[in-house]
Formats: sequence, C-alpha cells, structure tokens
Amino acid sequence: MTAAPAVEATRSRAFPGTGALTGTGALTKLALRRDRIMLPVWVYVVVIGVASNAYTFAKLYKTAASRESLVSSGLNNPALVFLYGRLNGDSVGALTAWRYGVWGALFAALMSVFLVVRHTRGDEEAGRLELVRSASVGRQAPLTSALAVAVLANATLVALLCLVLPVLGLPAAGSAALALAIGTCGLSFTGVSLVAAQLTSGARAARGLAVGVLGVAFLARAVGDATGASGPSWLTWVLPLGWTETLRPFAGERWWVLALPVALFFGSTWLAFSLARRRDLGAGLLPDRPGRPTASAALRGPFALAWRLQWPALAGWAAGYAVLFAVCGAAAKGIGQLVGSSGGLTKEFTRIGGQTAIINAYLTALMLLGGLVAAAYGVSAVLRLHAEETADRAEPVLAASVGRARFGLSHLVVAFAGTAALLVIAGVATGLGYGLAAGGAGRETATMLGAGLAQLPAAAVIVGVAALAYGVVPDGCVAVAWTAVGLAVLLNIFGQAFQLSHWVLDISPFTHVPKLPGGAVVGAPFVWLSVIALACCAAGLAALRRRDIG
Amino acid sequence: MTNAIEARGLRKRFGKATALDGLDLTVAAGEVHAFLGPNGAGKTTTIRVLLGLLRRDGGDAVLLGGDPWRDATALHSRLAYVPGDVTLWPAMTGGEIIDLMARLRGGQHDKTRRQELIERFDLDPSKKARSYSKGNRQKVALIAALASDAELLVFDEPTSGLDPLMEAAFQECVNAERHVGRTVLLSSHILAEAEALADRVTIIRAGRSVETGTLADLRHLTRTTIDAELDGPIAADSLPGVHDAVIDGTKLRCEVDNAVLTEILRRLAATGVRTLTCRPPTLEELFLRHYEDQDHDDPERVRVTPSR
Repeated sequence: MTAAPAVEATRSRAFPGTGALTGTGALTKLALRRDRIMLPVWVYVVVIGVASNAYTFAKLYKTAASRESLVSSGLNNPALVFLYGRLNGDSVGALTAWRYGVWGALFAALMSVFLVVRHTRGDEEAGRLELVRSASVGRQAPLTSALAVAVLANATLVALLCLVLPVLGLPAAGSAALALAIGTCGLSFTGVSLVAAQLTSGARAARGLAVGVLGVAFLARAVGDATGASGPSWLTWVLPLGWTETLRPFAGERWWVLALPVALFFGSTWLAFSLARRRDLGAGLLPDRPGRPTASAALRGPFALAWRLQWPALAGWAAGYAVLFAVCGAAAKGIGQLVGSSGGLTKEFTRIGGQTAIINAYLTALMLLGGLVAAAYGVSAVLRLHAEETADRAEPVLAASVGRARFGLSHLVVAFAGTAALLVIAGVATGLGYGLAAGGAGRETATMLGAGLAQLPAAAVIVGVAALAYGVVPDGCVAVAWTAVGLAVLLNIFGQAFQLSHWVLDISPFTHVPKLPGGAVVGAPFVWLSVIALACCAAGLAALRRRDIG
Repeated sequence: MTNAIEARGLRKRFGKATALDGLDLTVAAGEVHAFLGPNGAGKTTTIRVLLGLLRRDGGDAVLLGGDPWRDATALHSRLAYVPGDVTLWPAMTGGEIIDLMARLRGGQHDKTRRQELIERFDLDPSKKARSYSKGNRQKVALIAALASDAELLVFDEPTSGLDPLMEAAFQECVNAERHVGRTVLLSSHILAEAEALADRVTIIRAGRSVETGTLADLRHLTRTTIDAELDGPIAADSLPGVHDAVIDGTKLRCEVDNAVLTEILRRLAATGVRTLTCRPPTLEELFLRHYEDQDHDDPERVRVTPSR
C-alpha cells in the first residue's frame, strides 16, 4: 500500500494534465455557450426586478412622510408579510428589500437549480456526459464546470445589483447587502442542487428535489414571518430565503448572517463532490432494482401510460402541498392572536374589517400562491408531452393504434386532474390546519376547500395556454408556457407595487378570481375562465392533429 | 396480389430543406422489401410519412388500403414499427414496454411467442430501460413488433445496435415472418442485410427512388467481377467493355459489363485460362457505382466546379 502514492505520482508525471479537474475550462466554456440566452435572461429578470422596484418606490414615495403613511396603511399585515417577508424600516431601500429581497433570492435559487441540474444530471441522463468523459476530461470536471457557471451567474447578479442600486440613489452598504443576500441564496441552492444531482438518477427528480427544498425554505420563512413573535419565528432563521431578511439590508446590516449561506454552500458542495467520487457514471445513490417482467393489467393504454409516467411527480407535489398548507393553515391562528394583542394594529385592522378580515386576507394570499404553484405544476405536466415527443418516445405510441388527440388528451387529463387535486389538497390542508388549531375544523375545511377550488379555473387557463402552445408552436412551447406562468406571478404578486393599470392586471386569469375566503362569490368569472381553458385545449389538440410529429 | 404500400411522388419539405422529392415505393403484400439508401437519403422521413407522423406535402400514398394520414389510428392496429433510434421510458422495464406496445396497438401478445422471442434475443425483461444498452433497447422494440400479429412490419435500420449473433436471430425471425405471409418493409444501409433478406429492393437517394426491383433485376444492369490467371500476358486495350482492369503479368482482375461478357470470355479462352473466378457484384458495389454515376451526372456539381 505504501507504493500507491509513488505510483500515483509516476502516473501524473507520465500523463500530464490528467487530474480530476482536467477539461474544466473547456466544459465551462461549452456550458456558457449553451446557456448564452437562458443565463442572461435569468440575470436580467432578477436585476430588473429589484431595480424597477427600487425605482418605483423612489419615484412614487419621494418623502419620508409619504413612505411612512404607505407603511402604516398595512404593509405589515400578515398576508403581505407571508408573501414578501418582514418590513424593516420605511426607507426606499428597506421597501425594495422587503418587496423583492425574498423573491429575488427565490429567482436566483431557481436559476441556480436549473443551471446546475442541466449541466450535471441532465447531461448524464441524456448520455452526453459519457461522450464528454471519454475525452481527456477529469472525473470531477463536469461537476466543477457546473459549479463554476452557477458561481459566475450569481457573482454577475451581485456585481450588477451593486452597480445599479446605488445609481438609483440607494445607500451603497445596503445595496451590497441586498445584492449579497440574493447572490448567496443562489449559491446555497447551487450547493443543494449539486447534492440533489448526485442522489437521484434522473434530472427531473433532481430538479424536483432541489425545488422541493426551495419550497420548504419559502414556506418556513413565510410562516416564521407571518406568525410573528407569538409563533415559530425561528423558522425564518433556519433556511436560506429567511436569511435575506435576517441580514437586514438597508436597516442596520447584520453582515455576519452572510456566513450562514456561505457555510451551506461550501458544506453542500463538499458533500456533492465526495458523493460524486463514490458513485459510477449514470448511477444514483440507490441502485436500480429489477422490476416486473410483464406489465400489470392496469397498464393498458395511453391514459394508463401517461399516469404511470406522471404519478411519481404528482405524488411528490401532493405530499409537499399537504404538509406545507397544513402548516400555513395552522399558522393563521397565530396571525389572529398577533393582531389581537397589539393595540395600534388592532385599531388599524378593525377599520379595515377586523381580525377575521385579516385572517381572510392571509388565507386568500395563501390560496393565490397555491393557485399559481398548482398552475406551474399543470404546465410542467402538459410539457411532458413535448418532452416525450422530443425524446422520440411519442413516435412508438403514435405508430401504435393511438390517435393524436388521445395521446395529447392522455397527458392533459393528468395535468388538469393533478392541478385540481393540488388545489383540493391546498384547501383541505389549510382548512384542517387552521380549523384544528383554532376550532371549527369541519366548517373551515369546507370553506377553504371552496377557496382552493376557486383558483382552479384560473390555473386551468394557464395550463390551457401551455396545451395550446404545445399544439401550435411545439418548438417554442416551453418558453411560451413558462412565460405565461411568470407573467401571472409577476402581475398577481408584484402588479400592485408597480401600480399597473387595471387592464394590465386583468391579463392574468388569477386577477378575476373572487377573493376567498371572505369575498363575495361571483359565478361569472368561473364560467368564462373555464370556457377559455377548454377552448385553448381544444385548439391545441386540433393543431396537434394537423402538424408533423418529432 | 394487392400492394401493402403504394407511394407515388411523395414530397416533403422541412423549411428550405427538401427531404423527399418525388419518391416512389411499392411493397407487395407478403414480400420482404428492403429500402436502401445512405444516411440522409430520406428513408426515415418516408417511413414517418407512411406512418402518418409527418404530413406529406405532395404525392399519393396508400398503406394497407388506407390513407396513412387520415386513417392513421385504424391502420396502426394492423402494423408494427421499430424506430431506428429506440428510446424507451427509463423507469419502465423491458417486459412492461413489450406488453404496453401490444396493448397500445389494441391487441395482446401470444404469451408463448413473447417468451420464445425473449429467449431467442436473450433479453432480461425485468431490467429498467434506463440500464439497457442501445442493442438491448432495440431488442425490446423488435420483440414487441415480432410478437404482434400485425400484417405489416416496418423496421427502420433494425440491426444497427445488434451483435452478429442477434443479427442472425433477427434474420431468422424475418424469414419466418415471410413464410407466414407477413409483409416486411426494412430500411437499411447495411447491404448484406438486404441481400440476405429482401425479395425486392428500392434504392433511394436524395429523396428520390433511383432503382427498384429484385436483386437479380438490379444485377442485370451491372457488371461482373472477373479474377483470372492466364497462360500468357494480355493487353487491357484488347478487351472492350472492361473497367478498372488490373493486370499483373498473367493475372487479370477486372469488371465487365454483362452485355459483353460472352465476348470477353471468348478472348480470355483464346489466351488460355488457368483459373477463373466470376462473381456477381455485391450490393455494396452496386450501390457505390450507382452513387458515383449519379454524382457525375449531378448538375449541381458541374455548376460548382467552374466557379472555383
């Protein structure tokens, strides 16, 4: 055994440039080339998001007095705190950090997840990595190049924000803190997705795992913030998205908080690299077990096939929805108590409708979030059609006795049923969580089930747009569908901050959903939203029947 | 006997690129028909048009008496298809996919036949498709097709991932199918495969059929290769209709147009023959010659050369 290092040394002399990292530079360049459109778009979205918020606040609320009155008009109400986080102070910087800090960090995290998984497990699953690794490319080079690209992307984000925000008149220290808060959150999730890419053997599952962690992080922060001192406020401290707030940009920065995401980044990256050293190319952490030698009787046709392909993802989403919405529902009780306990606030809230109204506003915001995310699920389920087609797996199905419409419908049914199921779960879990905590579980569950399902027609429109895009513009359908989701998020989460006029906000189907629970139930929007969704699907399927496949 | 496939003047464009440019293809019911051409000649596009996956821009096509686009679903229950590049659902086992394909065609496999084929092709049906090699993925698709009771089998480069042993198994299976009267359309650039299997051959190039007929028909148009050792030397220019002659003392190797074969043999006999080997051209040679000749006639080439 003592000879081993000597042999190792001879080897590296005999084959110069054959270390574990050989080829990292070339792979990084390749990755940057492949991402030359996607990467700038992500960076642009985050930077412009933060900058336009800062610009809007600075322009609309020039004086300290106007900002003070804005803040006291209820920006600290639990529903908004749930969505955006706690507001630290009333400077333009603080308002910007409040409105877009967490969400900017969320987008940076998503960017990192997609980047890392695409260049690691994605390439590996597609078999491209096999070709790459057969060249003079080190064992750890692909992982390192993915890491380099993600670090570069997040560093660019930080640099741009540090440049742009002071130009808009914000203090340099606070700008740097906000930029770093967003960038280090991206780094945290770079590490998390590097690990996820080692654990699963499919890219889809790796992305799901990392995004799942992000979802948990968002809701942990949201619940920790919204319940205030009376609730589990430590939740804000445990995961990355909360750290953007606890860093307190523009409000007496606590710089040491940056150590948390940096530690997470280094720790998870180290873990990913040591896992990667231990496993074979193409393998996950668990070996594939032998499966059934014959198909079960249930696997009969295209619908059964679509279900078979999609249920694992849906089960993951459903489990996540059940846990997270139950927790968020239970947190609603804390919000009621918070309002009840503080004198000044009580007065303010009584004016706008009392404790019930504030809990209802919180629950409405929760259901809006549930609707938007369920729409995102539906879109990903519809886009499975596109994935099947581009992977040439639609071809054998369509060459069997399966018509185009049936093939398309098989995945659309899963998409719509899955979206509906998620909204039912969101409603029931929230109602149960709240009802069990505050009493009246039966009544609350029924109310919240209605509130959850109320989001369905709006979510269905987004899913329908994805179906239409798949039929009409197969090459651009991924971009179109996700743009629709992004637009809905933008309009319904940030629309009011931009003071967009009503007809712009009206573009999003979610704008037309009655504010439930608490608001008046109006039937008309449900009808015409459903009609639009169905019409989109019908048009998409009709187009699918007329176009070329593959 | 009716034709299983009858295509006339098929046209298909993808944007500016022309994939099919007036392609004709006739496959009689009950025959094994090889569809030959180099990469990019339009073999896969033709098959996809015939399967109704692509919409033809022009021409007529009749598949099993129906329109491949309009009647796709109904027709597909009567055929089985193996794509050139087989991709499977990574999380499903080979066995599941074999069964699924039968059910998607609206039928059910004969269990004995399925088991027979799995053993014949030496496939482990309980493994996840993720772990299959290219050859094993191909086997899954081949077994699914061969185990079906479809009257038309369409194979797009079926043996590209198989080892020689499996290739032989495949050829046996196709020969067996011929005897039960199933129609087989087989695209390939592996000419030995076509030689071993096909009753008739269609050769295509740049989206057009350039030759069709039995192998004997095609050979009739071509040359015979002669290897001879003679009693004395012979001059190449004394032999009309001879190509690529290589003379090494008394040894001669050349290609002869079949029309002048008698004359050449007479002259060789006059010189005195010690050994003589004549063999028909392999499909390879046939193929190569075809493309060489075409390239010489290609007007685009003529246009390009002077501008240099």
